[in-house]
Parts: sequence; C-alpha cells; structure tokens
Amino acid sequence: MAQMTMIQAITDAMATELRNDENVLVFGEDVGVNGGVFRATEGLQKEFGDERVFDTPLAESGLASMGLGLAVEGFRPVVEIQFFGFVFEAMDGIAGQIARHRYRSGGSKEMPVVIRAPFGGGVHTPELHADSLEGLMAQSPGLKVVIPSNPVDAKGLLIEAIRSNDPVVFLEHMKLYRSFREDVPEEEYTVEIGKANVKREGDDITLIAYGAMVQEAIKAADALAEEDVSAEVIDLRTVSPIDYDTLIKSVEKTNRAVVIQEAQRQAGVASNVAAELSERAILSLEAPIMRVTAPDTVYSFTQAEGVWLPNKDDIIERAKQVLDF
Amino acid sequence: MAPKKKSFDPVKTLEEIESKFEMFQILDQDGKVVNEDYLPELSDDELVELMRRMVWTRVLDQRSISLNRQGRLGFYAPTAGQEASQLASQYALEGEDYILPGYRDVPQLIWHGLPLTQAFLFSRGHFKGNQFPEGVNALSPQIIIGAQYVQTAGVALGIKKRGKDAVAITYTGDGGTSQGDFYEGINFASAYKAPAIFVIQNNNYAISTPRELQTAAKTLAQKGIASGVPSVLVDGMDPLAVYKVTKDARDRAVAGEGPTVIEMMCYRYGPHTMAGDDPTRYRTSDEDSDWEKKDPLVRFRLYLEEKNLWSEDKENEVMEQAKEDVKKAIKEADNTEKQSVTQLMEIMYDEMPSNLKEQYEVYKEKESK
Ligand SMILES: Cc1ncc(C[n+]2csc(CCOP(=O)(O)OP(=O)(O)O)c2C)c(N)n1
Ligand SMILES: [Mg+2]
Repeated sequence: MAQMTMIQAITDAMATELRNDENVLVFGEDVGVNGGVFRATEGLQKEFGDERVFDTPLAESGLASMGLGLAVEGFRPVVEIQFFGFVFEAMDGIAGQIARHRYRSGGSKEMPVVIRAPFGGGVHTPELHADSLEGLMAQSPGLKVVIPSNPVDAKGLLIEAIRSNDPVVFLEHMKLYRSFREDVPEEEYTVEIGKANVKREGDDITLIAYGAMVQEAIKAADALAEEDVSAEVIDLRTVSPIDYDTLIKSVEKTNRAVVIQEAQRQAGVASNVAAELSERAILSLEAPIMRVTAPDTVYSFTQAEGVWLPNKDDIIERAKQVLDF
Repeated sequence: MAPKKKSFDPVKTLEEIESKFEMFQILDQDGKVVNEDYLPELSDDELVELMRRMVWTRVLDQRSISLNRQGRLGFYAPTAGQEASQLASQYALEGEDYILPGYRDVPQLIWHGLPLTQAFLFSRGHFKGNQFPEGVNALSPQIIIGAQYVQTAGVALGIKKRGKDAVAITYTGDGGTSQGDFYEGINFASAYKAPAIFVIQNNNYAISTPRELQTAAKTLAQKGIASGVPSVLVDGMDPLAVYKVTKDARDRAVAGEGPTVIEMMCYRYGPHTMAGDDPTRYRTSDEDSDWEKKDPLVRFRLYLEEKNLWSEDKENEVMEQAKEDVKKAIKEADNTEKQSVTQLMEIMYDEMPSNLKEQYEVYKEKESK
C-alpha cells in the first residue's frame, strides 16, 4: 500500500499498463516533457521513452482519430484531452468514429482506445474547462464512460479501461485530483467497469452519485445521520453502462432515492437513472425519485460557480423532500 | 541498357516554396533601420503613441501578474514579449475593423476600445466583462484554440457582403496552426476572397510543446500558400515591421484582394498562464535571454531616442499613468455587483424557456442564503 492522491493513482495505472503491454501508448498535448498540465503523466516519458509517451500537435480531432488509426495498427492508445470541454473538437472522432468502429466492421474489429480527460467545476477555470459532458458520451452507443471518485477506484478502473477491447472515456474530476490521499495497493488490480459501489450502507434513503458529487453525498449522509436518517450512498463509478442491479437492490431496501449529478438537469445521467428506477422498481418506491443537479445554463461564469454547483445542502434538502413525501 | 526514367521531384517544389520565406524586418534588435524602403508612413506623434501603448501594456502585464498572485484577478495569460505583435498589428486597424482574439489577446481589445475594468471582469469570470460596449468591434477572447479562425472567415465575408471598408482580423498561436479550424478558416476566406487577416503569433511554444513538434513545415506562414493565400513571415518583435505588413494586408483586403496570413516570430517571457505553468520545465534560461535581447520595447526605445522622440521621463510618465489606470480599473471591478446564477439564467436565451423559469425561483432562494 502507498498513500496516493487520485492523480498519482492515475499515473500509476498508466505506468502499470505501459510496463505490462508494449502496445500501450500515451499521447496528447503537453503529456511528454511537461508531464501534462496537471502532471498526470509525470515521469512517464522519462521511464518509457518518447516513442511510447509523446506530445502531439495541438488538435483534439487529430488526437482522437490518430488514436483510432493507431488502434487499427494494433496499438492500445491512451489519449489525453487536456480538458474535457475541448471534446467538442473531437466529437466526430470519438462519437462518430471510435464508438462505431466495432459495429461498423460487423463486429470484426476492436477499438481499444482510452480517452482520458480532466473535467469538473469548483476550481475557477476559464470557459469550457469545467463542463460535465458525460451525458453526451453516455448517449453514444459503443463507448463506456467511467468517472472515478477516489484514488483506489481510479487506478483499478483505468487499468481495466486500458485492457478493454472497446473504447472507454475516462473522466477525472479536477477537484478530486489532489483533494485527498488514501492507501492504494502498489500491485496491479482492476475494478470492473459497469459496477457501482455501495460507499455506505443505509436503510432510509439511497443517494446515488458519481465523481465529485460522491463526496457531497457522503457529507449529506453524515448530516442526515445526525437527524437519525440512515442514508445509503452509491457511487456509480461508470455512467455507461449503469449498474442497475445494485441500484434496484438498494432501492428495494430503502424505498426512496435521490440522484445527484454535477451536470445540468436536462437530458443527463441522473434523468436516465431516475427513469430506469421508475420503470423497474416502481412497486418498491414510496416517493418520487428526485434529482439534484446544476441548473440548465451553460457552465457558470466562474464567479458564480459556488451557487451554480450542487452541494451537500442541496442534497439534504432534496432528501428531506423525498423522506417527507 | 534502358534509358534512365526521370522521377518526379516533389521535394524540390517544397524546398523552393520554403526557401522563399525570409523573416521580414525593418528595425533590428539595436533599433537600427535595416529596411529603409519599407518604413511605414507614421508621423512622429504616431510613433510615440505606439511606444506609449507598448510601455503601458508591459506595465499592465506586470500588474496583472501580481494581482493574479494576490488572488485579485482570475484567468490570465501573460503578454510580455508580444507587445509588438499584438499592439503594432492592432495599430494598423481602423475602429470599424473586427477583432477575433485568442485568450492572450486582451491588449488588442483594450486598444480597440474595451474598458480595462471589463478586461479585469473577464479575467475574474464575470459575465459583464464580455458585454462589450457599442462600437467595440470584437468578440470575447476565444478559449477554444482555432475556433476564431473559421469565425473570422464568416465575419470577413459578412463585411464584404455589406460593402464595408473594413477587415476582420484574428489571432492564434503556433500551436493553433495545427487545428483543423485553422486550415478551414484560411481556406474559406480564400474561397470567398474575404477581407480577413490571419495572424499567427509564433512564440515558439504551445504551453510546453515546442514549435518543431507542431509540424514539419519550415514556417507556419507557408500554410497559407496551400490555400492560395498570400502569406508573410515577419519579425514579431519589430513593431514597425508588424505594423507595415498588417497595414499592407489591410489595404489589400479593403481593396477586394482577399485575405493574408502573417506569421509573427515572438516570445512570451512569462508562464503560459498563471494557473501553475512552470516554463523552466521546458525552456532554458539561455533561450529566454536570447529573446530578451530582441525585446520590442528596447529596440523601439533606441529607435525613438535616436530621433529625440522618447526619454526616460516620458517613459516613467507612461508607467505611472498605467499604474494609475490599473488601480482605478481594479477598484471599479471590485465595485461591480457580484453576478448571480439567476442573472446567468437571464442571459441564456432571448426569451427564458420554461425549464429555466421553473429553476429561476429555486436559485433565487439558493443565492439568498
Ligand atoms: C481546443 C483547445 N485545446 C487545448 C487547449 C488548451 N490550451 C490552451 S493554450 C494551449 C497552447 C496554445 O499554444 P499557442 O497556440 O502556441 O498559443 P500561445 O499560448 O503560445 O499564445 C493549449 C494546448 C485549448 N484552450 N483549446
Ligand atoms: Mg505559442
């Protein structure tokens, strides 16, 4: 075990797979000498050389589609998009090409590309750096979309993503990069993609979250516990596909749920979760499933992001509405 | 033996084109005129005004960096080293010309009429920073690298359709020339002979990535040639050369002769932005000091002093003025009402749609807490 931040765990996962498989390549803008603008690839070029870890020209569409091309040649590219807000530049490469490659080839070809990118609010970035765009990705069949909430999961999920023969979009919340450390196994291990994690057991209500909102949900559960409400907290970890079995099992026990996302309210992951639970667990529910989300504006100009972002208090308020229904 | 067949020599074509691009200069780094024939027609007062703007903007940069460190400014991309490429190009424009800047190009906006207070509000992430006053013909600094290039083709085409005597000018960096949008913008403007000026401020790095990694092309200017756009490589630390090529490009554009690509060789002395970039990870101090010798202020000062147009007193006066202006603008920014999420809802659409109307009340309450 070693104490690691989430970003260190991510670096460690890439180093592990670069060591394990000579077909793994890591590339993107400033990932080489500079080690990435957040230092996620710190030391990797030094250890594995610039044939395997390299800087690219500045073009996200180029990054994505060069990833596809290298995968055609049998490589396993791990592509860094410097901030996920820039994914719009690469939408065709990712959603129009990478996601469909296996399908288009009649199931005969693999597309083992990982697209990694930081995202998420609360760190005062300029426009198009903080946006939660996982909904766009989750709506693209062919992709898996993973969002870790802690160092241990991040390492295991990223190793699993690099080993996946299908493309994975791996989104790293900037606020979690260095916000806390925990013991992370030094040896290699994987965490299954598509499996949620019950972070805390409870009986009265299920709080379903992912990414940085898991921390807020846990804080909310702590506060609710003081009022004798026992909240179960589930970390989705993967937003495509979603582990409904775990969610339904929880809701069958608690009969109530709040779904929390940092993204805007309309057409997102939380809506999907709420809809599926309504369809599949209606007889277990004693109240409507409610959501905690950001409002339907473009990501906040940074000076207002404190109010714009969902937080613990919003979750508590919603949870009480559900409990008192 | 069969006669030897000739093979095609595409390498020769490339080498011929590349060899045509020599860096155009008027003032060398010692402030000496090396290209008399091209000296722009600027009066003494106009020369002094250009120097004044460069000195003022250098102070603004220094103040912005320290205000950022004190937490009084937000996003900031340092500009020192790029005064000539930024300000001498803007100096060649007219008020009706339209600027589509990148995130580092705030100085051009200021000299095009954007109040400094608003530049500070932009930095702080306040939407009022982006509400440009009537008559400031410019868009907000673009964050998505390259996006402004294609938009410029559109603005320029619009200007042409309206029959205005104006141009659209845009700026990107060496890194920006790798984006698909870069090529599309130039090509669209070329296809429509639109009055556009495409500036590449080649400061040799895209964050940490050196210019050589962007492309095998020997110059970035030559990228215009492929789209049939006249293109020029200029010393971007030389204010007179920058002014001259931009002015000529503008004249051509207004005369209906279409777009120009201008590569300006320059350097940013500071970090990429103030958000944790450490240039010592990817640049050497030797490189820094080589470029500092080419400084645009130094050479222009020497040139003007030789003509008895500039003095230390004059320079100090401008610096004091700049500090005063910054102080005043920061105070105004401080006094600007904080923005709210409900205001952000109000600026989303012409008419607020039902979903936002519902959410409006919720956030009114949240922000009152
Ligand atoms: C589409 C897009 N990709 C990546 C970035 C992140 N980024 C910001 S500045 C920069 C480097 C730009 O270099 P260059 O074009 O040379 O301009 P300079 O900053 O040197 O002025 C990068 C990669 C971005 N803002 N937009
Ligand atoms: Mg650059």
